[in-house]
Amino acid sequence: MNPPAMIRISGLHKSFGANEVLRGIDLEVDASQVVVVIGPSGSGKSTLLRCCNGLEIAQRGTIDICGQRLATDGTMLAENDLNRLRTQVGMVFQSFNLFPHLSVLHNVSIGPRTLRGMSAADCERSARSLLAKVGLAEKAAAMPASLSGGQKQRVAIARALAMEPKVMLFDEPTSALDPELVGEVLQVMKLLAKEGMTMMVVTHEMAFASEVADAVVVMDAGRVIETGVPELIFRNPTEARTRSFLQAILKTEEKIS
Amino acid sequence: MNFDFTPVLTDWAALLRGATVTVEVTVCALLLSSALGLLIGIGRLNPRRKLLYGACSVYLSCFRGTPLLVQLFIWFFGLPRFGIVLPAFVCGVLGLGMYSASYVSEVVRGAIQSVDRGQMEAGRSLGMSSRQTMLKIILPQAFVRMIPPLGNEFIALIKNSALVSLLTIHDLMHEGQKIISVSYRSLETYLVIALIYWIMTSLTTLALRRVELRLKADGMVQ
Repeated sequence: MNPPAMIRISGLHKSFGANEVLRGIDLEVDASQVVVVIGPSGSGKSTLLRCCNGLEIAQRGTIDICGQRLATDGTMLAENDLNRLRTQVGMVFQSFNLFPHLSVLHNVSIGPRTLRGMSAADCERSARSLLAKVGLAEKAAAMPASLSGGQKQRVAIARALAMEPKVMLFDEPTSALDPELVGEVLQVMKLLAKEGMTMMVVTHEMAFASEVADAVVVMDAGRVIETGVPELIFRNPTEARTRSFLQAILKTEEKIS
Repeated sequence: MNFDFTPVLTDWAALLRGATVTVEVTVCALLLSSALGLLIGIGRLNPRRKLLYGACSVYLSCFRGTPLLVQLFIWFFGLPRFGIVLPAFVCGVLGLGMYSASYVSEVVRGAIQSVDRGQMEAGRSLGMSSRQTMLKIILPQAFVRMIPPLGNEFIALIKNSALVSLLTIHDLMHEGQKIISVSYRSLETYLVIALIYWIMTSLTTLALRRVELRLKADGMVQ
């Protein structure tokens, strides 16, 4: 029997006021799978991702993460259980959201230090090894303000990894970066994928998606309109809307290059 | 026009005593104001917690919306009607501190709300509770932003403390008026008193600037 899915979303509906952002999403991410979510802006990708760690509450539908029910029809897990579940779900934001008053090292160690009751020395040791993993060992003492965007995002990834999550959520991790800094972040994400991390990634990086994703999910207007392996989605999409979205993306990429 | 600073300068010991009392009243009021202002400011962060939010809003409205002098008189002259007779010094500290706390609470609330929402989200995403995130992530950043407006508030507090002379507290202002009542040298005395207040406020400004520079050097402020 297959192990249960790491993320199982079913019948998810979410509105902000009168604006219905998610209109019945069903989605599964299995262990060690990398699922990339693409779609035009306003299609609900980020909201979907944010629902997966309880930053947004969906009014209808259910979400299970790591075998635990996170939300049922607008009712979330009790606060303490939610906090515990969140330690298993790493989140990487578009705008990094590093803690500007803490050094890079403390940004990475504050999670385990606060929540795991580990000694300062142990936290520091594991934080340093995570920083080495994302290629920023020498920046441990730096303050976030002195880093480039790409470095900030790599620290943010290390910070999320410090809690030893079972799932990582990436919300447009490279969208706020200068083009020349995108590669270093994607490199780290590829490394994670290779190590077998379960990942759900909202991105516009089609090359990354086709190289790393096990499945690509196309969203439009709050619905999943198409799901499949990257080759299928990129080479031979069945939906007209997928085709026009991909063409628009390719056109801008050509214009830039 | 002849100036005669002799009476006020001969009585420098009285001015020094008075200045000491002014500092004592101000520091006590400042501690009260900071602690209370922090609590009320935090209480007004979330309008959905109706009771707490409402109570803090009423406090803000009453203490910010009425004259400090009236509040001081109520503490000193009004409360005895209910059998509550507090020492003048306590009335001065309560009056100044609770008045100032209303302003401080808005500084606190503004500073906390100016911290990017993503900071709370990042903390919560790691699994920290909202209290842990508030203490470890939001408040340290908010404190840095509070320093300049709090500096203004503390300087206002020093100057407003002159009003407690009306509650028979022997502060700088009070000592000055005693000198005037004997020497009739009001201009000279008020000028010297003004100078002493100015020194106090300037030292406060300098101290706050050093704190700010220190935080900048530590990278806490961009």
